[in-house]
Formats: sequence, C-alpha cells, structure tokens
Amino acid sequence: MYSEPYIEPASAHSAGAPIEHRFNPYSDNGGTILAIAGSDFAVLAGDTRHTTGYSINSRFQPKVHALPCDPPIVVSANGFSADGDTLVRRLGQRVQWYSYAHNKAISISACARLIQTMLYGKRFFPYYVHTIIAGLDEEGRGAVYSFDPVGSYEREQCRAGGAAASLIMPFLDNQVNFKNQYDAQTGEPKAVTFLSLEETIKLVKDAFSSATERHIHVGDSLEIMIVTKEGVKVEYFPLKRD
Amino acid sequence: MDHMPENWGRPRSEIYGVYNSAIHNAGPATHTQQPSITGTSVIALKYNKGVMLAADNLASYGSLARFTDQERLIKVGKETVVGISGDVSDMQYIELLLERLIIEDNYEQDGHNLRAPHIYEYLSRVMYNRRSKVDPLWNAILVAGKKDDGSPFLAYVDLLGVTYSSPSIATGFGAYLAVPLLRKIASDDGDEKKITEEQARAAIDECMKVLFYRDARSLDKYSVATVTTDGEVTIEQNVRCKDMSWRFAEHIHGYGTQKM
Amino acid sequence: MFRNSYDNDSITYSPTGRLFQVEYALEAIKQGSASVGLVSKTHAVVVALKASGENIYICADLVVIRSAEELGSYQKKIIRIDDHLGIALAGLAPDARVLSNFMRQQAMSSRMIYNRPIPISRVVSAIGDKAQRNTQTYGRRPYGVGLLVAGFDETGPHLFEFQPSGTVLEYFGAAIGARSQSARTYLERNFDQFPEASLEDLVLHGLRALRDTLAQDKELLAQNTSIGIVGLDTKFTLYDNDDVRGWLEKLGNVGSTRGRRPPEEREPEATEDAPVTDAPPPEETDTVEPIETDA
Repeated sequence: MYSEPYIEPASAHSAGAPIEHRFNPYSDNGGTILAIAGSDFAVLAGDTRHTTGYSINSRFQPKVHALPCDPPIVVSANGFSADGDTLVRRLGQRVQWYSYAHNKAISISACARLIQTMLYGKRFFPYYVHTIIAGLDEEGRGAVYSFDPVGSYEREQCRAGGAAASLIMPFLDNQVNFKNQYDAQTGEPKAVTFLSLEETIKLVKDAFSSATERHIHVGDSLEIMIVTKEGVKVEYFPLKRD
Repeated sequence: MDHMPENWGRPRSEIYGVYNSAIHNAGPATHTQQPSITGTSVIALKYNKGVMLAADNLASYGSLARFTDQERLIKVGKETVVGISGDVSDMQYIELLLERLIIEDNYEQDGHNLRAPHIYEYLSRVMYNRRSKVDPLWNAILVAGKKDDGSPFLAYVDLLGVTYSSPSIATGFGAYLAVPLLRKIASDDGDEKKITEEQARAAIDECMKVLFYRDARSLDKYSVATVTTDGEVTIEQNVRCKDMSWRFAEHIHGYGTQKM
Repeated sequence: MFRNSYDNDSITYSPTGRLFQVEYALEAIKQGSASVGLVSKTHAVVVALKASGENIYICADLVVIRSAEELGSYQKKIIRIDDHLGIALAGLAPDARVLSNFMRQQAMSSRMIYNRPIPISRVVSAIGDKAQRNTQTYGRRPYGVGLLVAGFDETGPHLFEFQPSGTVLEYFGAAIGARSQSARTYLERNFDQFPEASLEDLVLHGLRALRDTLAQDKELLAQNTSIGIVGLDTKFTLYDNDDVRGWLEKLGNVGSTRGRRPPEEREPEATEDAPVTDAPPPEETDTVEPIETDA
C-alpha cells in the first residue's frame, strides 16, 4: 500500500478537478550510521544532522543510543526518525524488562533476536528504518548486528546504514574486510585481520567526512559510541555544515 | 403505537417520506486526508533567559483569509507554551487534550507539575499514535519551556510524529524563510547563552515581517510569547509588523496596478 | 469450639466493624522478616533482613517450607522499580512480586508517555488503590505483604509504607515485619538525627534498627542483609551479599542490642528505660484474636 510513491496526476491542476491528496505516514529524515566490530571493542557512529527534504531541521539531533544494560549495547535506527525513535525507546524498555524477568542483562545475540521480532511484528506497517546494534558478545569480542526494516538480520564485521550507506559500504569492504586487496608478492588475497581501535576511529571519521562531501543529508557533526569492556565512551567530531 | 423499533426516532414517513436506510451505512469511516482551515508558520528561538516564540493571528481557508484573530500560542500548565500550525480544528482538539491533561495532573495536588519536556513527550506520543492509525492530527507543533535542569527547552513535533530540537526552529514556511535568519544568531546548542531578550525580540519581529512579505497565507498581526527559565510566561497579543517597505513590489511583475 | 463466620471473605464486616481477612493479611506481614526504611534530607534508604528458606511462606494458607537452612537460598527482600525508586518487603514475597511488576509497569509508562520519572506518591497511591479493591471485591484476597517504598523525585526523598488494607502513609522512618517494634523503638529514639544525617550515617541507623529485630542468636550477615539506597544524584542501588560486608564492618556489632546495649552505644536517656536483662524480649501483643462467636 505504501511502497508506491504517490504521484499527483499532472492534469489535476489545469483541469480544475479537485486535487487528490493522500496522507503518507512516512518521511525520510536523512542521516547515516556506521558500525565496526573489533577484536574486543565495537563502535557505532552516526551523524547528528536531521533533515526533511532539503531542510536541515537540526544540526544536533543524536540518533545513537546506549541501551540500559550492562555489558552495554548501543543502537541506532536510521531512516524515518519517528519510527527510529519509537523503536529505540520501546527496545530500551524491553531490554530493561528482560533484566527484570531473567535477573541478568540481555546478551547482544538475544537483543538482536528481540529486535527482529519487534520489527517483524510490524511487517505490514513497517518501521521504516535501517537498524544497527553494536556491543560485545558473550566471549567479549566486538559484535555488530544489522537489520532491514522488517527484521531480517545478520551478524557482521561492519555495516553502514542510512542515507550514505551506499557511499560508505564499498569503502568499508575494502578497508575493513580487505576486499580487492592482494599481496604484491604472492598475488593472494590480503589476509583479514582485526583493526585496532585507533585505526577504526580514523576509518569512521574518514568515512563520514567523505560521505558529508558527497551527500546532502549527511553532515554537521559525528557522534561515535565506543563499546569496550570498560563501558561506553562517546566521542564527537565536527563535520562540514554545508 | 408503532411496535417496530427500527421506525422509532426517525423522521415521520408520512411527512418526510420513507427513511432511506442507505444514509446510516453510507461508505466506510473516513479520516482526515487534508487540512481545511489552517494556521501558517510558528517560529521560535532560545535566548539567554528562556524561549521566545511567535505565530500570526490568521486562520486561512485555502487562499481565503477566513479568521484574522486566531490565537495559536497556548499556555499549558504553569511554565510551558505550545505553538501550533496547521489545521485549526485539530489544534483546538489538541488544546482540549492538553487542558484535560493539566487538569488531571492538578487533581493530585502533590507538588508535581507537568513541564515542557513532559508535555512535549505526551504530544509526541499523541501525534505518532494518530499517524500510526493513519488518522493524523494535521499540525506541526513547537513546545517551549524549561528543562529539568532549568535550561531553556524548545522542540518540534509534527503530524508524522517526527521530533527534533534545536536552538531555533520554525514550522511551515518559516522553515525556509525564518530559520536562516534565526540561525544567524542561534545555530548551535549553547548559542542561546549569548542572545539577550532584546536581540531575540528583534530577530522574531524581523522574521515575522519577512514572513508577511513572502508568505501569502500570513498576517501582519501576531502574538509573541516568552517563557523564561524562571518559569514566567507572557503572551503579548496584537503585535503589528513595523517599518515595512513594499517598494520592492514596484519592480516585481504582477504586484499592484502594473500593466502587462 | 468457636467459629468465626466473619472471616470467610474479605468483604464482609464483623458486627464490630472489622474486616478479618484484611487483619489476617496484616498478620502475614508480621510473619515475614523485618524491613526498615528511613529518610534524610537528601536520601532514602531501605534495609532488610532476608529470611532463609525455612522461614519463607509460599502461599496464603501459610504453608511453610522447612528445609535445612543451608539448602535454601535467601529470599529477595529489596526490589528495584526504577532508577529513582525501590521497595523493601515483609510478608508474602510472591504478592510483592506482583505488586512490584505493576509498579515497574507504571514507572515505565510514565517514562514512555511523559518522559518523567514517576512521582513516588503517585505510584504508591496506585498500589494503594489496587490493594483496596481486593478488600471490597468478592472472591479476592488481600495482598499478604507490606512494602516500604523508598524513592527520590522532584519533591525530594520519600519513604512510604504500604499495607494490604490499601493504607499508604509517608514516614521519616518505618519498619515492618517480624519484631519490627524493636526497630521502630530505635527509630523513634533517633529519628531527630535523620534529616541532617550523612548517607553513611543514615544507612548505619537503618542497620542498627534492623539489627534490633534479630532473634536472640542471630546476627546481621552479608548473606542475610540487603541495603537499598536512593537519593540526590544517586540512582537506586541495591547492596547484597559481598557488597554488604563493608557496611556491616562499619556497623561493628552485628547482633541485636535489644535490652542489652553495650555501654558505648547506649544513649543517655536510653539508660533509664532500657533495663539490662538477658531475658527474651516480651512477646508482641499486637496479634489479632478472632474470637467472635456466631451471632
């Protein structure tokens, strides 16, 4: 019902016929997010620009959130911000209730499954968001899970979501998973190794600076949430505001 | 005595003809598909001692200036002002909801009062829930007041349930015409600390003037509300745009009495 | 043999205007181990004595688990409701779980709808109303648990006592459960110090009051003591097991001082009316005797 964009009949105005309007319950609020898992850490970053159409609504509207659990899980649902905010708030309370019911904090794998059921539960009126969570798994390794709007999900090493996902993801394939990189001597594909936290953060900043250059819905400032066994650390990095 | 219940309470057939039962099952329930009587932009910005917002007094019916003394800034509770643009009947319904909310909160008399962040959250839930029923309240709303820590609070919510906050916000046409002017002085969080009430008022008046110049659904009569971080609310009504110059119109084809 | 025909349900008055089922529910609280709560100007504290398996009632008709103490785990006495709010209980723990779940739901919906931590007085009157309904609805049973609700909101720290009758009252210091009269005695003698007390002193006052509820040969241990703290810039924090040890060390004497207070802890005025004796404390006299005959 909502997959087709509504196109106003071209003749409506000139013919003096009543203009047909239909309420569209969705919009796109821009922004982009990115998560990378390391050996014993994970980062989830998002720009803080909030847009509708060509308007910048806010230059600082954070969309990466820490869930109320320990070990920590960070989450962002990028796309239609009303759905994203609602999903994150509901998830926060579900995660809290999980800890009441089971007397322990939720694991990131259980959290991922919970999100899938929440998203699929609205399969026929979906949350219009690309969801990513990051944290540590039960062995203490960095973990990233990403979801489509109706709940398909997968654990990954890295994932970009939102407006500039298609700009950032190939860059990540190359720089995180070393796709299309070959050893000069042997000609073998370059062996995949974990990035250090410093390298990862540099990569995140580069990815967002570049996405800001090429995408109008990305910019203003970057919020990076870093999850280690010590907890969540937040770092900010200015992006271009044009 | 007519013993047929279905005939009771209906217009008498011998006078009005037989009742057409198609009337009471005529089609499905319908929801708002478009606004009818509307108010245009609401603009607001934070300054060093609170938040200032303005909205003109026009309620339009399409391009007709239908009502010219419509107040669209509403004081809610003790220290919150809500500015509403969009459909006026939906605005009046929201006024009703907020009035009910405050009355019921006051029943407790326990020293707890709903303030701007709480009223904003409530409105956001109402707006998002209505959009999720595909039966929206056709409005864009600004909520102004103070946060729990005493700093100024300003945030936006609209018919989709989309929410955001910023040091300066405007709804409707104001998002295009007023926001660039307001952002000259209040662009980032913290900028408001450098803005005095006089500067804020000058910026608001300037924006309302520009909106009157260029927004065809606007009026040169408006209200200005201030909510201070001390919790004081003032709403100044019947403010007029001042020092306007329409000389630019002389050079624009289509204005005034120009010939083709 | 007497038969009391006015306690078959919770809604029928006796000819003297009493609701026996409600009074029995109040008795159930006294069977549970004690909980103590107190407030300063900045904090609210609850401390509780956890009964081991042998003392826990599992249902309304007072079936007692009589397992060896070592085999049973200790009961959960303090429950976090939200960041700014928690409860300590005495009586039927399952009933408390139902009430705490309800309070958690109320707290969550307050945050979801109003982005506001629920005011303490409101969540307390919500469970008060819920309990009152059971005293006026046929076929229902009053809750068999008393609660001390400690929280901190915009209007400061609060301590409420909840009773199955639906009564909720705010206190500077309160105690419920077995031998809680001893704790109340301590609180009554010391409550004038609470408002200005530091958090540490407040907790120690609580532990001293709690310690006075112990049976003769029992002591406060890391395993049987729970402490809940909430206040200004302090989210509700629960201390259990090893986390309690530090507090007990600060307390020093962990046995009941009732009737045989060591000289260093004796207060000037307390010396006169607290005779030193080794005799067991007098039996509490506030039990209900349903001794009405059929009319």
